[in-house]
Formats: sequence, structure tokens, C-alpha cells
Amino acid sequence: MSQKTKVIEKEEVVIRFSGDSGDGMQLTGTQFSDTSALFGNDVATFPDYPAEIRAPQGTVGGVSGFQLHFGHTEVNTPGDYADVLVAMNPAALKANLKWVKASGTIIVNEDSFTERNLEKAGYDSDPLQDDKLADYNLIKARVTSLTKECLKDSGLDQKSILRSKNMFTLGMVYWMFDRPLAHTEEFIGSKFKKHPLVVEANKKVLRAGYNFAKTIEALAYNYSVAPAKIKKGTYRNITGNKATAWGLIAAAEKAGLPLFCGSYPITPATEILQELAARKDLGVKTFQAEDEIAGICTAIGASFAGNFAVTTTSGPGLALKTEAAGLAVMTELPLVIVNVQRGGPSTGLPTKTEQSDLMQAIHGRSGECPMPVIAASTPSNCFEYAYRASKIALEHMTPVILLTDGFLANGAEPWRIPKMADLSPITVPLAKEGDDYMPYARDEEKLARKWAVPGTKGLEHRIGGLEKMDVTGTVSYVPENHQVMTDIRSERVRRVANFIPDLPVKGDDNADVLVVGWGGTYGHLTTAVRELQADDKSIALAHFNYILPLPKNTEEVLKRYKKVVVCELNDGQFAEYLRSNFQDIKFEQYNKLQGLPFTVKELKEKFNQLLEEK
Amino acid sequence: MADTLLKQPAPEKLTPKDFKSDQEVRWCPGCGDHGVLNSVQKAMALMGKPKENFAVISGIGCSSRFPYYMDTYGFHSIHGRAAAIASGAKSANPDLEILQVSGDGDALAIGGNHFIHAVRRNIDMTILLFNNEIYGLTKGQYSPTSKHGMVTKTSPFGTIEQPFHPAELALGAQSKFYARSIDTNIKLTSEILLDATKHRGTSIVEVLQNCVIYNDGAHSLITDKNTKEEYQLVLRHGERMIFGKEKNKGLVMGGNGKLVVVTIGEHGITEQDILIHDAHTPDPHMHWLLSNMTAPEYPVALGVIRDVAALSYEEKMVQQIKDVQEQSSIKCMDDLLNSGDTWEV
Repeated sequence: MSQKTKVIEKEEVVIRFSGDSGDGMQLTGTQFSDTSALFGNDVATFPDYPAEIRAPQGTVGGVSGFQLHFGHTEVNTPGDYADVLVAMNPAALKANLKWVKASGTIIVNEDSFTERNLEKAGYDSDPLQDDKLADYNLIKARVTSLTKECLKDSGLDQKSILRSKNMFTLGMVYWMFDRPLAHTEEFIGSKFKKHPLVVEANKKVLRAGYNFAKTIEALAYNYSVAPAKIKKGTYRNITGNKATAWGLIAAAEKAGLPLFCGSYPITPATEILQELAARKDLGVKTFQAEDEIAGICTAIGASFAGNFAVTTTSGPGLALKTEAAGLAVMTELPLVIVNVQRGGPSTGLPTKTEQSDLMQAIHGRSGECPMPVIAASTPSNCFEYAYRASKIALEHMTPVILLTDGFLANGAEPWRIPKMADLSPITVPLAKEGDDYMPYARDEEKLARKWAVPGTKGLEHRIGGLEKMDVTGTVSYVPENHQVMTDIRSERVRRVANFIPDLPVKGDDNADVLVVGWGGTYGHLTTAVRELQADDKSIALAHFNYILPLPKNTEEVLKRYKKVVVCELNDGQFAEYLRSNFQDIKFEQYNKLQGLPFTVKELKEKFNQLLEEK
Repeated sequence: MADTLLKQPAPEKLTPKDFKSDQEVRWCPGCGDHGVLNSVQKAMALMGKPKENFAVISGIGCSSRFPYYMDTYGFHSIHGRAAAIASGAKSANPDLEILQVSGDGDALAIGGNHFIHAVRRNIDMTILLFNNEIYGLTKGQYSPTSKHGMVTKTSPFGTIEQPFHPAELALGAQSKFYARSIDTNIKLTSEILLDATKHRGTSIVEVLQNCVIYNDGAHSLITDKNTKEEYQLVLRHGERMIFGKEKNKGLVMGGNGKLVVVTIGEHGITEQDILIHDAHTPDPHMHWLLSNMTAPEYPVALGVIRDVAALSYEEKMVQQIKDVQEQSSIKCMDDLLNSGDTWEV
């Protein structure tokens, strides 16, 4: 599409867009990743933004970033280090320079490197003037003044003109990677369709950026990343939160039940509630409750009344839902509780990722109160595991906790769209009019009671939080009965293991080291292990999606290996859980608590060290 | 699915007995709850709805045992959360007739947040609020409606807290239906419950209830044989606010915006001067004055104090879903999965 002086073919590229939280970097990053996905690359993305909507301008704390990784091979992570950094101001450069690869390309908005901005970012001297960036391919562009010049006759006010400067940098990066502008032009047209002037201005600036990159001498070469070789099918980009919402809707449709979501907004889970609220066309009922407790309680009420009910939250919210979660266990009603984990404890790091709610999910309730716990492991498989969590909840008549995390929730990747007809059926144990109904009579296989929905003639019954008599479900203080019911509640969850797949292992049965992970660390662990395997290292990976109960072959898998290292973004909760289950296996740990995902680099270093220790 | 199960022809005639469960009633002998149970069973039999459409949902406390004694669908939940659970049940299944049972501690202390928000949303259900001004099940601690200075096990020197007036709280939450009765007056309670059920939206029925063990006589001025007629004003829409043994007392509006008790035949007052009750006016001013009257300065207002028509939450929810469904091209999950930007590989 353009004359190139030099084209560098690359397997994969990581780009990080960064600027003030009002600079539109999330949108810029999303546009680039969508365009690359449409181009046929495999893509993984990760937004990194401050908790404040408009944090103090120009400060390091206010920097918002969006990293994306695309390639013509399989891409499992958003990448550790960037090939290209776009920094809209000195603070963005300061915050992100450590994430740029040696000799990587840095595009800066030169106009923003004023004395005042340098001071706000904490620079003593101008990094564009001294030799601190000498090892990088530095591209200085007067993005602000070029955008102003480009739009001086647009009829827009100054504020609107400045707002479109992100399109200039997007245009530049599009040229660098030989990307068509059509997708973004279409997007601009539909997003601002009520403001034709804004549409024209944004398109003009996008082209100006593209042409600028083409024209200036500084871009002596550009990159080319060929499309990835991926499985045939229809694809779309999807974030973890959207995939979770869709998995829940799909399960409701498959089960033939209306979906009800009772929730209270909380970062980083809010988008699930928002996506469900937007799906009234599919009959989804959303109830924005007055608090987290009412979120789960309205869901329990809806479940009692015969809807497929869910509640969505993050760590502190799960803590508030604890008592009601116990009620759902006691009443044996289907319910999915989604916990999008974030950095804790307390308010902690709301916009950052962590895996530290595992023990809360497994144990965090009063009394002996077990419920299945499942974890998604990639942004797109949030759909699959939300669906599976729903299927277990509905078929086994139990609340289920689905764990995702901030990294999965906000990350996006291309996803091969499934067909509803291919999803496994969901059979709900509904009691029918004329049944000889006992509220706590059970089927033999799953020990699930039947669901008698209010409105069904002749099945009037009472449930509640007090201990229930086996079979009849009347209130019972009989000591032996409490033992029986406690055992049943535990056995019911144990039997879920009969309905889940075995734990898969990537690598040899006799590898020297087995890496164990669970949930959102899948991409980084897989990449690290695969790269070591490619170097002929004797290493294997077992990654868990089913936490409680564990897959039936877990012990057999773990015992096969001399050295087992459990890697997680907490202080060792899964390792501790495995130890309590398998006392004669020794587990090593690798943990990180920085609100950030693992990097492939640090994982490989750790694994190499373990491999050498033998 | 559940919604369609409910669309059934008119049911057979039911009697109060049809609503009695096989469970032994375990409230203390002489407890006011017995009377309320009878009133509810009597009212439900008269509502003309099939038994399976009723759901009784409660929290924790003496009165929250209620669902076990009703042969309907029932849910005895956790402390304070009944309003939230009932809100979810009604939204999920709008054809259900929901009676949400709470005490003053359950609804106004631990569950205060859910109570006001259920009222604000106007979810179509009846909240039966048993007000005995004490915690009974935990054996005698003060509640959010206990009178200032009351000596209880947790206020051995008298409470230093101001009590809630439940009606004031409800009106602040934009309540559209507020009624009040007395546990022993089965006729009035069941009459009010019938009106509450007809009302679309959250209907609050406060029952002044006597705890014989921990707060006996809390409402004695308005319940004792000798004084009750002087301290009860049973309001009926369109009727004059007249009370007293001789039916010669009434309310007029004083010059200072406060209600004044007058005697017909004294100081030139005739029946024509007495105020007429308008339960249907949206302006809550008079309802606030009436519901906040306390003995002995005033009679206590009973009956339906406020009954203002408005759309309920779930009516609006169902309509919104219908409207969006008519507009949207997405009819099923496959449509959604393939909507927006997709590409073929």
C-alpha cells in the first residue's frame, strides 16, 4: 500500500500505548488490536490504568497504558517487554521506559516535553535532549501542533481538536506496521455519527499521522507481521468480562431459563453487569442492588423463584456476600458467584490483578460450607468456564464460585466463535406438578435435590437457613441429622469430580520439573514452558481450571514428577491447598504480589534455576 | 418458563385452613404473632388467587418463623435480607404474590438498607412489619423502634437512642402504600392486607404487636379495652377522621400546620369541620402528619394511611425488556455471538 524503504519481517511484536488517563490510550490500543485481529494476527492485550478516572494530569500516577502483543504464531500473553512504546507525555515515558526492549522504538509527543510536564513527571533534565535514550530508536513527533495545524479549519473548538491527537499516533503506528485504516475509519464513523464534524476531524488526523510517518526520515524502516496460522472458523475479539457475561447468557439459553443477575458495581467486575444490562434483547434481567449483600440476596430470591441466577463481584464484595453464600449452600439453590479477583486485602489495588481470593473462595464461609470453585484461564475461555460453572450449578443444585481476575477481565484476544448447538446440554432437575415432592429428596448420582419453582401447583414447601431434616426438609435440631446433612453437603461437592475432565499435562510424563498453575497465569506459564521445551529442557505444565473438587487424576499426575513448583500471584494459597490434599508430595512455590502478571522472562529464570538444581 | 406456568384459570375457593401448614406454631402463648397469622390466612383465602402463587419470605426473628406456619411456598432466610430476597423473587417471577415478613429489628436495623431500597424501587409485594419495639428472639435487647429511655438488657440505664418511626422512614423512601394495624384486630388486619395486595408496588403494613415476655404492654394505650377507642383512629379513604367511644372526636387542621384534636359539639365544631381522609393523594404531607401521631397527645392512626397508584418495578422491567426485544435484531445467543466485528479464517 505504500513505498517502503526497508521492511523488517517479525514473528511477533509488542506495542505499548501510554499517556494521561484522558488521552484515549485504551481506545487507541483497542483499535490497533482489532485491526490486527482482522488482519489475521493472533492478538493478546492488557490495559493498565489507574483507579482514578482522571488522575492528576501529567503525573506518573495518572499514566494509562494499553499493551498488545500480536504475531503470526500463537500468542498467549500480552508480552513482557514492548518493541514499540508510544508515550504521549514525559510521565508516560518515565512510567514505561523499563518495559521497553533494548533498542526498541519509542514514539514521543515532543510538544508535551515542556519544563512543567518534565517537572511533574519527576525528570531533572529533558530525556529527549540528553543521551538517556541513545540506545533506543527514538521518534520525536510534534503530535499536538501537527494535530492543531491539521484541524485549524475544521470548525471544532480547541478542546475537541486536542482530543483527537491520539488518532495521529494511531495513524503513525498503522503505517509502521502496514495496517489498513478502514476498520478505524468505520469505527469513527459509527461512534461519532451524531457529530459529522468530529468524524471528519478524526479521520483527517488519522490520515495525517499515517502520512506523517510515511514522510519523515526518522522512520527509515517498518515492520511486517504476517497473519497467524490459526484454526479455521469465524473469529471475534473478546475481553474476559464480556466472555464471562456471554457464557452466563449462553447457559441460561441452553437451560431454557431466564437469566437474572443481582449485582453491585465493583472494579474490575463491573463490565459483566454492564454487558448483561445491555442484553435485554435476550431477556436478561439485571438488578443493580443497593449493596453487595443485596446483589447475592436478590439472586438467591430469583433462584428460589425459578430463574438462573448469578451475582458478580470482586474480592471485597465476595467477603460481603459470605453469609448469603452460606444460605445458598443450605437451601441447595443453583447460583453462580463470579469473583473477578483484584489486588487485596481491603480496597487494595482495585485496577490491578492478583489471585489472592482462592482461600476465600474455598473456605470463606461460616460452618462446614463447601461449594465448587472453578477458574477461567484466558480472556476468551471465561466464556467456556462461565458456561461450565453454570452447568454445574444448575445440574447439581449448588452455588458455584467462578474465579477470574483483573488480567483476564480486561485482557482481550481473538476467539473462535462457538455455535450454540455444539455446547453440551444443561438438564435442570425441575420438579413437576403431580410429583410426590420432598424438598430434600435426592437423585442417586449427583445427590441433587429437585427444584420446585413457586407457581407449580401442589409443590408448596418451605426452605431456609436453618438445618433441614434429610428428605423432608423440615427444620431439624436432631444431632444425628446434622451429621448426615453435613456429610451430604460435602459429598455433593465431591461428586462434581465425576463430571469434570481430567487434568491435562503439557509435556513429558518423566520431565524433571512440573510447573503447576491455575487460573489467569495460563498464558505466561504456557509461553515460558513452551519456550524452555523448545530449548530441550525437561519441563512440563499442569494448569488447573477445576479447583474444588480437583480433577480425579490430580494425585496421579503430581506424583509422577520429582519436582513440582506451584506458581501463583499470591503468597502460596493453591500450594497450601494442594499440600492439605496431598501431604506426601513436596511442593515448591513461586509467588509474585505486585498487582502485575508474571513475565515470561522471570518464569524462565526461575524454571532454569530449578532445572539446574537437580 | 416459570412465568408461563403461572397463567392458570381461577382457582377453587380456598379457606383460611388451606393456608395452615402441618407445623406446630411455636410462638409464646399470648404472643401477638398468633393474631397476625390468623389475619394473613383469612386474607389470603379471600384474595382469589391459587395457593401455589403465594410466597412468604422472611428474615430472622420471632415473626420470621412465619413461613413455616403457612402452607404456601416459603423462604425463611437470613437476618435483614428478606426484602432483598423478595425483590429478586418478584423480579424473577412477577406473577408471584409475595408477602415479606419482618420484625422491627430485621427490617429497620440489620435490614434497613434493603427495606428502604425495596420501597424506593416500588417492588410489588406486601411487607408485613411486626413492630413490638424489642428484640424477642435474642431475649430482650432494645430495637431501632424502642422508645427513648427504655430499659432493656443492653440498655440497663435506658436507651440513649432516638427511635425510628417506620412510617417516616418509609415516606422518606417514597412509599406509595402505608397501613397500620394492631395484632389483636384480625378483622382490620385482614382488610388492610386485601387492600395491600390490590396495590401495585411495595405495600407496607405495620402491625403494632405485643411481646408478652420482653415488652408487654408497649402499645397498651391503644389496645386496652378501657382506653383503646380514645386512642385509635381507623382511617378510611373518603371518610371523616372521627374517633372516640362516643364517635365525637375528630381531627382538624390547626393554624400552625399541625393537626388538632377537637370534640364535635364543643366550641361550635360540627361533623362538617372534621377532615376527610384522602389516601390517594400523591402529596405525602398529610400522610406524614397522620402516621406520626402518637398517644396520648393524639390518637394513633390505623388503617390505610397512604395508597397512591404508580407503576411497580417489575412492570417497568418487563415492559423495558419487551420494548428492547421488539427493536433489537439479536434474537438468540448465536445472533449475539456473531454480531459486530467478526472475521473468517
